[in-house]
Amino acid sequence: MGGVKSIPSPAISADERSHEVDHPSSQVAHFGTEQPLRLDCGVDLTPFQIAYQTYGELNADRSNAILICHALTGDQHVANVHPVTGKPGWWDTLVGPGRPIDPKHYFIICSNVIGGCMGSTGPASINPATGKVWGLDFPVITIPDMVRAQAMLIDRLGIDTLFAVVGGSMGGMQVLQWTAAYPGRVFSALAIACATRHSAQNIAFHELGRQAVMADPDWHGGGYADRGIHPHRGLAVARMAAHITYLSDAALHRKFGRRMQDRELPTFSFDADFQVESYLRYQGSSFVERFDANSYLYLTRAMDYFDIAADHGGALARAFAEIQTRFCVVSFTSDWLFPTSESRALVHALNASSARVSFAEIETDRGHDAFLLDVPEFFDISRAFLQSAGKARGLTSRND
Amino acid sequence: MSVQEVLPLGGLATGQSGHFRADHLLVAEMVKPGSKVLDVGCGEGDLLQLLETRGIDGRGIELSREGVNRCVAKGLAVVQGDADTDLVNYPDDAFDYVILSQTLQATRQPRVVLENLLRIGRRAIVSFPNFGFWKMRLQLLIGGHMPRTENLPATWYDTANIHFCTIKDFVELCDAIGVKMERAEALDLYGRPLRLRLPWWVWNMFGEQGVFLLSRGGGK
Repeated sequence: MGGVKSIPSPAISADERSHEVDHPSSQVAHFGTEQPLRLDCGVDLTPFQIAYQTYGELNADRSNAILICHALTGDQHVANVHPVTGKPGWWDTLVGPGRPIDPKHYFIICSNVIGGCMGSTGPASINPATGKVWGLDFPVITIPDMVRAQAMLIDRLGIDTLFAVVGGSMGGMQVLQWTAAYPGRVFSALAIACATRHSAQNIAFHELGRQAVMADPDWHGGGYADRGIHPHRGLAVARMAAHITYLSDAALHRKFGRRMQDRELPTFSFDADFQVESYLRYQGSSFVERFDANSYLYLTRAMDYFDIAADHGGALARAFAEIQTRFCVVSFTSDWLFPTSESRALVHALNASSARVSFAEIETDRGHDAFLLDVPEFFDISRAFLQSAGKARGLTSRND
Repeated sequence: MSVQEVLPLGGLATGQSGHFRADHLLVAEMVKPGSKVLDVGCGEGDLLQLLETRGIDGRGIELSREGVNRCVAKGLAVVQGDADTDLVNYPDDAFDYVILSQTLQATRQPRVVLENLLRIGRRAIVSFPNFGFWKMRLQLLIGGHMPRTENLPATWYDTANIHFCTIKDFVELCDAIGVKMERAEALDLYGRPLRLRLPWWVWNMFGEQGVFLLSRGGGK
């Protein structure tokens, strides 16, 4: 790379991160050989573990549990300081005291998905059969697999019916899968910025990211962990490309325009002259500190495979036949990764199934990422939807 | 577009939330309790709330984001959508009644919308401001300008209402597409129903709005 400042190496060592993989700083549910996780690919994953966080208290009749499903690069640290990055929880705008999902009222659960790298069994975990990191020997997982594992966790917590399942993006896919697979166990569902299947364009972007990871010479066919290294350049490039898809042209333009970074004239090099370049490099490098490259491959693959209609003979409405769950679907005007048209298709299917559904499109120029940002209209809707569902569920009335 | 608030009609008790619009009360009276209803252009969900007090399973479609948000805040099942484009996605016979309350005049294709209402619902209830109302006629005749009323205050160039019609026009449309009219009411300026058995032209002149319960077939 001869003199060009490139993506910096991560500040955290592979060791520090791998400690979170097997021994997370959160609660962990272990499932022994007597409780295997049957995966869609035909393999039984056993033993395995799920790392999770909870906030608030489960009420006496166990009717106030909300499961939060995280997006592709999220984890269980939804509303607490992240043990690796030291940053606030990824959804502490929505979840927390005084927020729409308030631990004062609800028992909030967020688990790291199967295939993740923050304490749930995934490709970065130790394969008990070999004593080595799974790497690419880890079986390919799907969104239904993630949800099946979550259901085992919910069973373990002694909860029969979840008051709500909430999630955005990949988390939203899990929400939909929950309602399709366990209709009787989900009282209400808040699905944000998601779709019932991953589009060809989205699969294409994921493939770009995976190829970036695999093209990194440090990747070593997925066996980098044994060598004590991490393909951080490839993963950072994957993250940079993905990050662009999470924003909108308007948001990028407003934030950066063509402004230069710490200089007035171009350097006539491939250094990060533009602010938008350094921003992306920063996004890439901070991501590799907390995320495992192989996990990225597995989770993007899970999203690619997601197609609820295909799992139900091609008819989306059949997936939600006779469903009693109360739905709220939210999309954002500038989200081009999961555009409103996808949410509308979902809403039409739910209408065709006679489901009780609310749907709102939120006007914002902040792109797909809007679901993680401070968007008051979105919070108002989430709060109101959960409150009215709470009323229907007979949860005690609240005065917030 | 608040139509005069009046005392309840036809033995309907007011709900806890106070007064309901006269046309809403009349519409609610036309719906059999326990049925499933889609309110197209449900605004802020007032009619849906009224229907809920009667044990009716109501859903709504509303164009404006603010309206949808308010509805969701009230715990109503409302989706954001456009009567002109989204009704085609609803399956046949999905509802017992589909209601179009004070929205017909804002649709681009009233005829197509009406046909869709009676495809999706076994019955349709349509209410609309009557452009044949004497005050309207007077404003155009004497004043020489497009009428504006308390309920339709927008000027001609910034109104969302693009397809005004009179009660007479609407009856003709129903005839043209073979819709059966099960019940017809005209409300006066104060939201009171005009007497039955009056000739159509009286309704057309003195009805401030029309409320119609329609079903499929008949009257070709």
